[in-house]
Amino acid sequence: MTINPSGWRPATPSDVHGEVPATTTGNRALMLEEPLLFEIGSRDQTGVDFDARPQSSGALGGLLRTALDLPGLSEPETVRHYTRLSRQNYAIDLGLFPLGSCTMKHNPRLNEKVARMAGFADVHPLAPQESVQGALELIDVLAHWLITLTGMHGVAMSPKAGAHGELCGILAIRAALEARGDARSVVLVPESAHGTNPASAAFAGYKVEDIPANAAGRVDLDALKARLGPDVAAVMITNPNTCGLFEPDMKAISDAVHAAGALVYCDGANFNAIVGRVRPGDLGIDAMHINLHKTFSTPHGGGGPGSGPVVLSQALMPFAPLPYVVKAEGGYRLVEEETAHAEGSDSFGRMVAFHGQMGMFTRALAYILSHGADGLRQVAEDAVLNANYVLRTLEDVLDAPFASSGPCMHEAIFSDKGFAEGFSTIDVAKALIDEGFHPMTMYFPLVVHGAMLIEPTETESKATLDQFIIALRSIAERARAGDEALKAAPIFAPRRRLDETLAARKPVLAYQTPAPDGADNGEGAEVGGG
Amino acid sequence: MRYLPLSDVDRAEMLDVIGAGSIDDLFADVPAEARLDGPIAGLPMHSSELSVERQLRAMAAKNLVAGEVPFFLGCGAYRHHVPASVDHIIQRGEFLTAYTPYQPEIAQGTLQVLFEFQTQVARLLGCEVANASMYDGSTACWEAIGMARRITRRTGAILSSGLHPHYVSVAKTMARFTGDMLDTAVPSFDRTDTERLIAGITKETSCVVVQYPDILGRIGDLTPIADAAHAAGALLIAVVTEPVALGLIKAPGEMGADIVVGEGQSIGVGLQFGGPYVGLFATREKYVRQMPGRLAGETIDAEGKRGFVLTLSTREQHIRREKATSNICTNSGLCALAFSVHMTLLGEKGLRTLAGINHAWAVEVAGRLSAIPGVSLVGGAFFNEFTLRLPVEARPAVHAMVEKRVLGGVSLGRLYPGEDSLANGLVVAVTETVTNADIDALEAALAECCA
Repeated sequence: MTINPSGWRPATPSDVHGEVPATTTGNRALMLEEPLLFEIGSRDQTGVDFDARPQSSGALGGLLRTALDLPGLSEPETVRHYTRLSRQNYAIDLGLFPLGSCTMKHNPRLNEKVARMAGFADVHPLAPQESVQGALELIDVLAHWLITLTGMHGVAMSPKAGAHGELCGILAIRAALEARGDARSVVLVPESAHGTNPASAAFAGYKVEDIPANAAGRVDLDALKARLGPDVAAVMITNPNTCGLFEPDMKAISDAVHAAGALVYCDGANFNAIVGRVRPGDLGIDAMHINLHKTFSTPHGGGGPGSGPVVLSQALMPFAPLPYVVKAEGGYRLVEEETAHAEGSDSFGRMVAFHGQMGMFTRALAYILSHGADGLRQVAEDAVLNANYVLRTLEDVLDAPFASSGPCMHEAIFSDKGFAEGFSTIDVAKALIDEGFHPMTMYFPLVVHGAMLIEPTETESKATLDQFIIALRSIAERARAGDEALKAAPIFAPRRRLDETLAARKPVLAYQTPAPDGADNGEGAEVGGG
Repeated sequence: MRYLPLSDVDRAEMLDVIGAGSIDDLFADVPAEARLDGPIAGLPMHSSELSVERQLRAMAAKNLVAGEVPFFLGCGAYRHHVPASVDHIIQRGEFLTAYTPYQPEIAQGTLQVLFEFQTQVARLLGCEVANASMYDGSTACWEAIGMARRITRRTGAILSSGLHPHYVSVAKTMARFTGDMLDTAVPSFDRTDTERLIAGITKETSCVVVQYPDILGRIGDLTPIADAAHAAGALLIAVVTEPVALGLIKAPGEMGADIVVGEGQSIGVGLQFGGPYVGLFATREKYVRQMPGRLAGETIDAEGKRGFVLTLSTREQHIRREKATSNICTNSGLCALAFSVHMTLLGEKGLRTLAGINHAWAVEVAGRLSAIPGVSLVGGAFFNEFTLRLPVEARPAVHAMVEKRVLGGVSLGRLYPGEDSLANGLVVAVTETVTNADIDALEAALAECCA
């Protein structure tokens, strides 16, 4: 098989010679150390000029601020501080980011451009509705796409992120059950689910119980059926699941859940695998959140902001949160507390102050319009093709627990079975860093020992995948052989392995200015380097 | 399709390696009746970049842009000038397209930014520690009420009438499901509700929640409320929706607040029709293990160099699942970066100047507008936002001003529909972005509405 047409050749560890000599500054050419803002800034420095204007403290009622102690930097120093810091980050712009269940795909810059159009970026959430018709239209158009792509009845746009969407769906379910006078107390969640699922159910006041998986990595339908009863409010399923597998019994699961008077929540984190090929609404789902920052490519931004609209079935739509947009004669209208009743809403209430993540809606719609119905279908196909390619080119060197049961969806899962004694997934992950790749998702889902969950996404070329596969094959072989050098990885990153135990045992969560005489005040002290 | 690198030749080669005859074979687990055999009907096909830009520009053009008209809206979202370098930095791919820093060796940029952000927020709010941000101010407010419940093991929360009504709505939504008992009230022009809050505190009270400055723009000393809450074993939660104010007025932490939350939008983020914004969350060090959300902490690496990691994650959902302090999984990372860069550019010196300018403009505008016959200023100290009592209902006045392309304020009729006592209230926010011409236009438009 030809998997390296580019001619690129991996280096072997033996090509790396000796110790790296130290420099006076701690810098290593383009790898630049950067102190903390608090070590270089000053209370008297600022990077902002203001037009001359008399200042006043006239009407403050005497509540004057004294201590503040916020250092400033001039503009050039500010730009350099953050630019240097940025270069200590891995990013999708730099290379493959194969985090399973996270869908790190390319972030088109067109999306950034449209989000910054003044008509979207410089509009106040409480501006009179007649002055923001275009913003309401954008929300409505995106809503139509999401409803149509999922085959559902309606959508709640305001949830701020995936977990917030889960909460929204569960609250809608609880409100619907309460409305029919049927208080129930338990939500069933598979062990393989994201941690947010049980946490969201608990946040909504439910008791959480596990649903077991079968040997093929799917929900055990018989065990689920046996547990259903009058106390079960909902079942939360991730489909495709976090083992990267489609739940072939999904419709049967939904039917069983409905027959028992409960509702089906689907975690849509993995919608990228099926967008344009399968509509969750055809599988009997009542509520599903869509991570716009996954499937629809809004940037992850180092951990947010996300956006988690929730598509809802006809049974749940009356309970959707406020506010929402309706298209009416003469324009778009926001339905808020004042008019909810007259509009026929039985909403469970408001989840956030305003209308959701508008800045993410603009980006997601630009992405959706770019792809269109045909392109989105191709997205799912290429994402699944890339994942299966990774699965089949690695399964001889990494244990793939579900490989024999057929193709995977958008992500491939491996275990640490076969590694030499004392070697674990983390060693493989950290060695990937030295090879120039972000590691895969580690130790998740919990149902696979030492899980390595790899989601390449559709925006990776075959050449990139081939490089990654060669690197990972080499590392896997070293882990099987017990190569001790793996334990030292990463050695080429800005930092070696960090002491997370120390961080948790003696938390230093804010910078403490050292005492003026240079004596250590015992907290936030400098601990070498940096 | 410009975002998809695979060619048909690649696809064929890869299918061959996989041993599949066609793409459809890879979807074999999907039951036949759920498979779609072509693009979903009724949706448009792919578009060029130029075409998409045109479609979105057409929608954008239908909105009245704040920066193009006299603009005086606040009530939880404020328009400030954001230096150009802020947007430049947040668009660097290494920040924009990075994931949550779970692999700290290659995420020191994000982690150090979060550590610096936490320090800036803690100092600004007058607290010991802050987290790496929440979704927004309203969700941070609810999370604070939940945290107070966990700390005090009590379920009664007393919400000030000055708390943003949308924040109250969010709390009510959640309390219905968690069993917290909320004591709420609508604001009055004539007085703040300090007495009501203090009188309402009992042995069942988990917390008192006050907004500072409040929804009508008023500021008052929080110390008496903090003392009364503490005497009964309850916590004081302070909510700040305009953090620029804290360049000029005392921080809630300095007045005894145990948890201070806020909406950070006004520093670095921009209006964006309500989101994404950045929730601020700070508290006392002793409560940190009950705090929701991500935390960055300092540590060392294997060579002894200083570095940063996400820490105390045993509070969080990915470890604790249903026993976590919150279900929150993201923070508002990129908005936190924007906040932090803007705050770094300002520094203490710039923030104090900015706050002083805001207040001076607000004092001037309040003076001019309250001189309009029939208009009066609702009493009390204020920062950059104040409430006017009009001789007419404010809601139609706001719409009438829009006809003249003046965004003149937020009517209390919109925020408190059905509350007749507030119907004539107009909340006006004045920041450094206004001009004398804007003020003239507002004065003329409002005078006409009140004539």
